[in-house]
Amino acid sequence: MGAGTPPLPGPPKPQVKALNCPKCGAAITLRCFGQAETVVCGSCRCILDAKDPHLAILQQFERQTSDTTSLIPLGTRGKLRGTDYEVIGFQRRHITVEGVTYSWHEYLLFNPYKGFRYLSEYNGHWNDISICKQLPMVQSAFSTAAGSSANYLGEDYKHFQTSDANTDFVLGEFPWQVRVGEHAVITDYVHPPRVLSSEKLDKEVTWSIGEYLYGREIWETFRLPGSPPEAVGVYENQPSPVTINVTSIWLAFAAFAVFLLVLMVGFDLRAKKEPVLHETYQYDRAEAKSETSFVTDVFELTGRTSNVQVKTHAPVDNHWIYLNYALINQDTGEAWDFGREVSYYHGYDSDGSWSEGKQNDSVVIPSVPPGHYYLRIEPEADSSLPSIPYAVDVIHDVPVFGIYGIAFLVLLVPPLLISWRAFAFERSRWSESDHPPLQLSGMTSSSEDDS
Amino acid sequence: MTQPVANCPNCGAKIVFRWSSSVQTVCEYCKSILVRTDVDLKKVGQVADLPPDSSPIQINTEGVYRNKAFVVVGRILYEYDQGGWSEWHVMMNDGASAWLSDAQNEYAVSWSSKTPNLPAAGQIQVGQQFSWNNQRYTVTVITPAHYRGVQGELPFPYWDKTNVTFVDLRTETGKFATLDYSDPEPALYLGEFVDFEDLKLKNLRRFEGW
Repeated sequence: MGAGTPPLPGPPKPQVKALNCPKCGAAITLRCFGQAETVVCGSCRCILDAKDPHLAILQQFERQTSDTTSLIPLGTRGKLRGTDYEVIGFQRRHITVEGVTYSWHEYLLFNPYKGFRYLSEYNGHWNDISICKQLPMVQSAFSTAAGSSANYLGEDYKHFQTSDANTDFVLGEFPWQVRVGEHAVITDYVHPPRVLSSEKLDKEVTWSIGEYLYGREIWETFRLPGSPPEAVGVYENQPSPVTINVTSIWLAFAAFAVFLLVLMVGFDLRAKKEPVLHETYQYDRAEAKSETSFVTDVFELTGRTSNVQVKTHAPVDNHWIYLNYALINQDTGEAWDFGREVSYYHGYDSDGSWSEGKQNDSVVIPSVPPGHYYLRIEPEADSSLPSIPYAVDVIHDVPVFGIYGIAFLVLLVPPLLISWRAFAFERSRWSESDHPPLQLSGMTSSSEDDS
Repeated sequence: MTQPVANCPNCGAKIVFRWSSSVQTVCEYCKSILVRTDVDLKKVGQVADLPPDSSPIQINTEGVYRNKAFVVVGRILYEYDQGGWSEWHVMMNDGASAWLSDAQNEYAVSWSSKTPNLPAAGQIQVGQQFSWNNQRYTVTVITPAHYRGVQGELPFPYWDKTNVTFVDLRTETGKFATLDYSDPEPALYLGEFVDFEDLKLKNLRRFEGW
């Protein structure tokens, strides 16, 4: 600007305007510097024309719709996503599904440089909502069809619900013409913690993107007194409490299983599996009466303290044989007593063929120190059995696999529990949608009923 | 940069053109709308007082777009039944002209695209798609608007409008297009939505209490 020109007064500074309601005379504050189209009198709830210097009444408030209070008072400021916002408008909207009315609240936030933003609250669940700059891509030609999805910024959102929303209460100011009774078709697509919504009025479709917020975050942002209302149920885009990725925990489980397998193979290779005794004896009822027990040859267990496996085989056929064993250390006299039964029964009944028991038996005695040992055997048998041969095998240092089975089952518990929790949470989420999961079936049950 | 200087034919105040290609400007003192002819400035109209508006941008606001500095030199203000918006005329530091629109603090930068065979206003419906520059655009809103006023320098004469129709189109990638039916021949503007922060704007309006 050249010298000698008179100073310009400059554009008037925009400021918060104070006016009075033409109906009840209450003070009306306009907070968004001329962006407001409508403002609602905080006292008599009349909807006024904010563009009119006399604030013409656009709509009278009807008491038939119950009054409600906003949880965040109008005029409250808070820092959200690094920007200061002021709550300037509040509305309650509802949808009716199968005769049940579900109401939620929307708060309009304003910053003179960054513009508008919204907060929604339903049953203690909050969302921070802004208008999409990019146009989402809807995958299905019919946006209400089950299984349809939308892509926004490279992420897929699953169709959750399409409903007809009605505005039933407004307070404060709005940059658009707001009226009680106004309705719009709202379609929600979810990708927790985000929700993508399209709001369809007569000629206009507006897309918005929301992100789930917890009540306490809202309370901190706006420094509200007391505590936020408790969140009830599971909300459409509420992040799952199962923060651990279910796939990764199963991968971890698979890694543990492989580790167990390697351990098993390692111990199997390390075990000597040394046969130290192999004998076949004959049981005779007549002899057994005079001499009830006998001892085997002495065998040596060498090396470290390890286990001893005793295997018994008898060709029993609808009979039993019972062997009282004692593993006796010749050097110290220490003894391990144990009894083993070999029995095998089979036959036919109304359910078909059946069988019970086996002709083989095996037992492992743990922690046997090295030394010279023998077995004392005292056989008993079915009274109908006059005589039967049986084989006894003693093997030193065998691998034991039972512990691995237990470890495997124990390790299976956390992934199963987590998977179940994740599944149950998703079930309650989707049970509120247009695509409720079928009873006892998975969540992939959506599209059949539409075809 | 040499700035052409003239005097207002109405009040004699000094008129400075910040952008050499400006065709129209508004005298800051008497609000006369002045159009450049080959020889001098001609008063073609008068701007009524602009309605109070809330755009944080003003004439002389500076910013950066795609690593190029720009300065705001003019604007056209529109109104429609759901509010108003400003099309700020900006001059890039390479001499090019572009538009920075502020529709309720939703910002977009666009520039004129000389594309032939544009659709007539009556043929367009919301949801319809068009391809320009290998990009598919979807019609999101058709806005019947009123011309409300002008300020500063513009690349074309623009003052005697009343009702004008705009068709806004968007893409999945944040691109933006406007079909402007102000003149018998439709005009196309192509651009993209921009973040307020990314423009690094200076010399903004101040808002009381903010």
